[in-house]
Amino acid sequence: MEELAGYGNYIVSSLLTMGGIYAILTLGLNIQWGFTGLFNAGIAGFIAVGAYVFAILTKGPAAEHLGGYDLPLPLGAIAAMIVAAIIAWAIGKICIRLRSDYLAIATIGIAEILRLILKNETWATNGPRGISGVDKAFEWLPRPWGDIAFMVTILLTVLVIYLLLERAWRSPWGRLTTAIRDNEDSARAAGKDVETFRLQSFVIGAAIMGLAGAYLAQVQKFIGPDSTDPTTTTFLAWVMLIAGGSGNNRGAVLGAFLLWTVWSATQIVTGWLPQEIIVFGHPIENVPVRSTYLRIFLIGLVLQIVLQRYSAGILPETRPAVAGKSGKTGLEPGRTT
Amino acid sequence: MATAALQIEDLTKHYGGVHAVDGASFEIPQGSITGLIGPNGAGKTTCFNIIAGAEPPTSGRVIFQGEDVTGLPTHLLFHRGIVRTFQLPKEFAKLTALENLMAAAPDQPGERILLNWLSPAQVRAREAEVLRRGEETLEFLGLSHVRDELAGSLSGGQKKLLELGRTMMTDARLVLLDEPGAGVNPTLMNRIAEMIRTLNRERGYTFCIIEHDMDLIASLCDPVIVLAEGRVLTRGPMSEVREDPRVIDAYFGGELV
Repeated sequence: MEELAGYGNYIVSSLLTMGGIYAILTLGLNIQWGFTGLFNAGIAGFIAVGAYVFAILTKGPAAEHLGGYDLPLPLGAIAAMIVAAIIAWAIGKICIRLRSDYLAIATIGIAEILRLILKNETWATNGPRGISGVDKAFEWLPRPWGDIAFMVTILLTVLVIYLLLERAWRSPWGRLTTAIRDNEDSARAAGKDVETFRLQSFVIGAAIMGLAGAYLAQVQKFIGPDSTDPTTTTFLAWVMLIAGGSGNNRGAVLGAFLLWTVWSATQIVTGWLPQEIIVFGHPIENVPVRSTYLRIFLIGLVLQIVLQRYSAGILPETRPAVAGKSGKTGLEPGRTT
Repeated sequence: MATAALQIEDLTKHYGGVHAVDGASFEIPQGSITGLIGPNGAGKTTCFNIIAGAEPPTSGRVIFQGEDVTGLPTHLLFHRGIVRTFQLPKEFAKLTALENLMAAAPDQPGERILLNWLSPAQVRAREAEVLRRGEETLEFLGLSHVRDELAGSLSGGQKKLLELGRTMMTDARLVLLDEPGAGVNPTLMNRIAEMIRTLNRERGYTFCIIEHDMDLIASLCDPVIVLAEGRVLTRGPMSEVREDPRVIDAYFGGELV
């Protein structure tokens, strides 16, 4: 019975809660890369901004860092999105013209700058020690209902963002961002102000990433300079999007939950391993702890297998069918690229 | 002599020490189908790029319908009625043929992302118009049968037609065609020539065409402007230009002999 509760807890607080946060993150990346072809390699930076803004604005007074604003949590989350968006706007103003690989390098650099600022501006962020005791939504509910309510909030957020992005994808705006992604020169020759649309896409994606950061701070109840390690943020989000299917919102969500399951389940599986095994006469100790480090290898393996079988991701990009002549209807499934 | 749709005044473009365009002045008469010819490296495409706002000139002016438009970016020139195509088709590969055209339509409220979320009805009305115009254009181009195919999977000739089609989604005044006949079979080339004539006659588009196929130029264009080494060598009807010894020199490198 206790074991069952343990699994229930794992499903609620890890699979669905964290999986949902990654789904939000991956949707944010999808609007940048999948829709518009913007190579953002600084996802960690936008998550960190969202997480810190949320933590600082919603906590009660604290001596070690900026705070005491005690704002309601939803306001904190909105502020996290706004600040992430403003920072993305400022960055975008400078480097949105860069071609995708150069934009990638620029965003890596900017994420690192943000991390260093957050680490060194001790008066505001408590430096390397970070901000602990971050308020989490529904904490006042008895266990396990608080966790469940929090999970439901996150899944609803995923749903709302999914619906908004899906409408954007099917709209003339989405058609235009795809056009810009496919051929900038032609988009200009078709009278479109390419930079403006690239900037819009970058800012909206960053705001969504900031929201994911606000949720992440709540789950961990802590945010420090090392809690947004690029391996578990930027890298994982990219793998999720590419494996799930970039340019496809459902693919983004699927990839997030799938890869997060692989990532988190390794912990359970390694827990089953014996403490010590003997390989060709050599004893290997601490097997469960050591094999945890196989995760990144495992994630890479999943990506390889997925891309071997589905070169455009599990759910590839599709065009929404356009109603009208030639016997086609709006009900017809989109065309697979 | 008809009024000029476009005047180029003493245009130069230097890339380091290379003078791609070197003091070219010419005008494109209103309502004409003007040919722009010259040997490789004469500066034809550079002129196009400057006129269409893809790059600024080193010096000189571009005057469109009496207004100085030198250095305006491509997307703003589009809204003034200057539309261009590319030598190598630059289609939106992962949009369908129809969407390639629809994406080129101006004044789409649906391109404002917030309207799609807050007031979709406003978007739908214009979208229906754009759809109709896109389908009419496909019909004109004879591409209705590939309406829902991804543009990236179309044949070279079909992509060429889409390039032309994009100029038809707006009320263009001056259309710059960069080698519409390159890599196109003779039958399709005749069809493209016929479309150009129709658009010129019925919609009043002024055309400026870069082309290496002299027969196409001869049948389609009047006047013809000959560029060589970044300057205008001569201009006039094709029958005259063709006989001009300087033109023959420029094409066959007579001055080296």
